[in-house]
Amino acid sequence: MLKINNLQAEVEGKSILKGLNLEVKAGEVHAIMGPNGAGKSTMASIVAGKEEYEVTDGTIELDGEDISELAPEERAHNGVFLSFQYPVEIPGVTVTNFIKTAINESRKAQGLEEMPAKEMLKKIREKSELLEIDRKFLSRSLNEGFSGGEKKRNEIFQMAMLEPKLAILDETDSGLDIDALRIVANGVNKLKSKDNAVIVITHYQRLLDYIVPDFVHVLHDGKIVKTGDASLALELEKKGYDWIKEEVNS
Amino acid sequence: MSKYTEDNLREELKTKEYEYGFYTDIESDKFEKGLNEDVVRAISKKKNEPEWMTEWRLEAFRVWEKMEEPDWANVKYPKPNFQEIAYYSAPKQKPKLNSLDEVDPDLLATFEKLGISLEEQKRLANVAVDIVMDSVSVATTFKETLAEKGIIFMPISEAIQEHPELVRKHLGTVVPTTDNFYAALNSAVFSDGSFCYIPKGVRCPMELSTYFRINEGGTGQFERTLVVADKGSYVSYLEGCTAPQRDENQLHAAVVELIALDDAEIKYSTVQNWFPGDAEGKGGVFNFVTKRGLCETNAKISWTQVETGSAVTWKYPSCILKGNNSVGEFYSIAVTNHHQQADTGTKMIHLGKNTKSTIISKGISAGKSQNSYRGLVQINSRAENARNFSQCDSLLMGNECGAHTFPYIEAKNKTAQIEHEATTSKIGEDQLFYCNQRGIDTEKAIALIVNGFSKEVLNKLPMEFAVEAQKLLEISLEGSVG
Repeated sequence: MLKINNLQAEVEGKSILKGLNLEVKAGEVHAIMGPNGAGKSTMASIVAGKEEYEVTDGTIELDGEDISELAPEERAHNGVFLSFQYPVEIPGVTVTNFIKTAINESRKAQGLEEMPAKEMLKKIREKSELLEIDRKFLSRSLNEGFSGGEKKRNEIFQMAMLEPKLAILDETDSGLDIDALRIVANGVNKLKSKDNAVIVITHYQRLLDYIVPDFVHVLHDGKIVKTGDASLALELEKKGYDWIKEEVNS
Repeated sequence: MSKYTEDNLREELKTKEYEYGFYTDIESDKFEKGLNEDVVRAISKKKNEPEWMTEWRLEAFRVWEKMEEPDWANVKYPKPNFQEIAYYSAPKQKPKLNSLDEVDPDLLATFEKLGISLEEQKRLANVAVDIVMDSVSVATTFKETLAEKGIIFMPISEAIQEHPELVRKHLGTVVPTTDNFYAALNSAVFSDGSFCYIPKGVRCPMELSTYFRINEGGTGQFERTLVVADKGSYVSYLEGCTAPQRDENQLHAAVVELIALDDAEIKYSTVQNWFPGDAEGKGGVFNFVTKRGLCETNAKISWTQVETGSAVTWKYPSCILKGNNSVGEFYSIAVTNHHQQADTGTKMIHLGKNTKSTIISKGISAGKSQNSYRGLVQINSRAENARNFSQCDSLLMGNECGAHTFPYIEAKNKTAQIEHEATTSKIGEDQLFYCNQRGIDTEKAIALIVNGFSKEVLNKLPMEFAVEAQKLLEISLEGSVG
C-alpha cells in the first residue's frame, strides 16, 4: 500500500530525513519509535503533504502511484489520514460541521454527490458510540477548549468517519489517561481491516499493549535503523535507545 | 510540492473579478451635474412634495453648505467633488405598476442575475419587497397583505404624499438635518427610500425587505429610510444591495432612522455588497452612511450588518437608549479585501435607567485593506445600572492588511457595568494544513474558518439572509491567504 523509497527531506536547509525506506502492506500495523528529534513527526507530515518540508530525493508511493507531488487535500482524497499530535482549534466550526465538510469535499473529489443528511447522522451516531463520545461533544467548536484526551479522541473519531486506507497516528497516546487510551486503542482496532493499514508513531510501549503492531521500526537520525516485531518495543522500553545508537555508530 | 506563497495570493486576488459586475442599460431621466438651492427645489418639485418638505430640504442644504467633510475616520480617499455629481436619476417608465408584466424586462433581468427574481420571492420567500432602483421605487409587493394589518410599507416619496403627518412628525427626529456632513447632504437631496410604520401592538407577519442598487454612472445615491414601530409592535427589516462594476467613484450617503416606541422591537439587518473597486483599488463605492435608532421605554433595537463591499465605508449604526429598560444591540461582520477601507462600528448612548447594550464586531481583513472598528459606549449621569458588553474580534489574512480597534468609553454614572473584550488572530498555516489533510482545499478551508469566526453574527441574521451572507463572505475572500 505505502512504499517510501530513499526519502530525503529538509526544512529551511536543515536535513531531517536522510534516506528513509518503509513498506506498509494492507492489513498491517507498523509502529515507528525513536528518540526525540529522530524525524518521526516530520515523516508523518511529509507523507501527508505539509508544504514547509522540501523533499529533495526519493518517492512516496501509495498503491503504486507517486503521491509526493500531490497537494495535501488530494492525498487525503486518496485515503491518507494523519491523526495530529497537536490538533488545531477552529473556533465557531463544530466537530459535526467540520467532519461533514471533510467527507463531502472528498466525495466531491471522487465525483460523488454529497452524503445525504440521514446517512451522515447515522454514521455519526455509529462512530461516536464506537469511541464512547458524548454527542454533545460534537456540537462544540473544533478542538476549542478540548482537553488533551478529547482532542485525540476527536482525531480518531474523524478517522472513523473518513475511513482512510492509510492512517498515521502521530503520538496519539500523548495526553491520554489510561481509560481514554483504552477507548482510543479499541476504536483503532475495530476500524482495522485487511484493506487498510495503520502507522503508529509513539515514544512509549504502552499504546502497543493495546494496538499490537506487526512490525516495529526504530527511526534514528532520519533513517530507519532497526526493524523487528512487537517484542522490539518491549526491549526498547526496558533498555532505552542508547544501545541502538551505539549499534548504528559502531 | 507546490507552495502557496504571498505571490500566488496576490495573483489570485488580482484576477478575482467582482461577481456582480454588470450593467443594465435602462433609459434614465437625469439632472445636470451640480448642487445649489435650485437643484434642491427641482428635486422636491419632481417629487411633487408639499412645501414643508421643500423647506426642510432647503434648511438642510443651507446647513450643509457651511459644513466641512469630516476627516477623522481611519480612511484615505480622494474627496468627492460635490458639484460633479448629478443629484437625481430615475429609470424612465410608467409611474404606476400593478403587476410584474409592467416592469421593464431589462430591470427584471438584472434582478434575475442577482438571484432575486421577484416572482420567486413572491412565491417562496414570504418577503415583501420594495425595490429601489436608481432612486425611484419601481415595484411594491405584498402591499395589500400588510395593509390589512395597518402596516405602511412604501417608498418614502409616496409616504410624503399619502401620510404627510406621520413622516413630518418623525423625519429628522433621530438624525437631525444638522447631524453631520453626509446626513445634511442626504436630507437636502434624497431622492427616495423606504418608509415603514407598524401600528400599536402589531407584529409584522413577514420580513420587510428592500434591495438597493446604484445603476447610473455618476449619480450619487441618497437613500432615506424611516422605520417607526409604534407601542408594543415588532418588525424585522432587511436591507441588501449589490452594485454594478464602474470606473468612477460612486458616492452613497444614506440615512436610516429607526424609532421604537414603548415596548416595541425593531430588527434591522443589512447585507452590503457595493462594488469595492478593482485589484488596484480603482473605482468602487464610497459608502458614508448615518444609521441611528431611538429606543423609548422597554424598547429594543438590533442592528445586524454584513459589510463586504464598498471602496470606503464610514458607517456607525447606533442606538439612543432613551427609555428605561431599553436594549440596543449591534452585530457586525466587516470584510475588507484588496484596497478596501472600512471604518465602522456603533454608538450606544445610555440615557435611561437599566439600559443594556451588546456589541459584537467581527472584522476580517485581507489583501492590502484596512479595517477599523470604532465604537462609543456612553453612559449618561442619569442612566442608573446601565450595562454594556462589547466584543471586537479581528481576523487577518496575509501580511499587508491592517486591523484597528478604537473603542471609546464615557461613563458618567458609577453604577455602570462596562465590559470590553478584543482579540486579533491570523488564519494560520497550521489551521489550513489541518483542513487540507482532511480533504478540504484551501479556499474552502478559509470559508470554513471565516464562517466559524463570524458565526455569532451570522446566527443573528434571518435564515434566508444568512445563506446569502455566507456566500458573500466566500466570494469576498476567495484565495485570500498568505
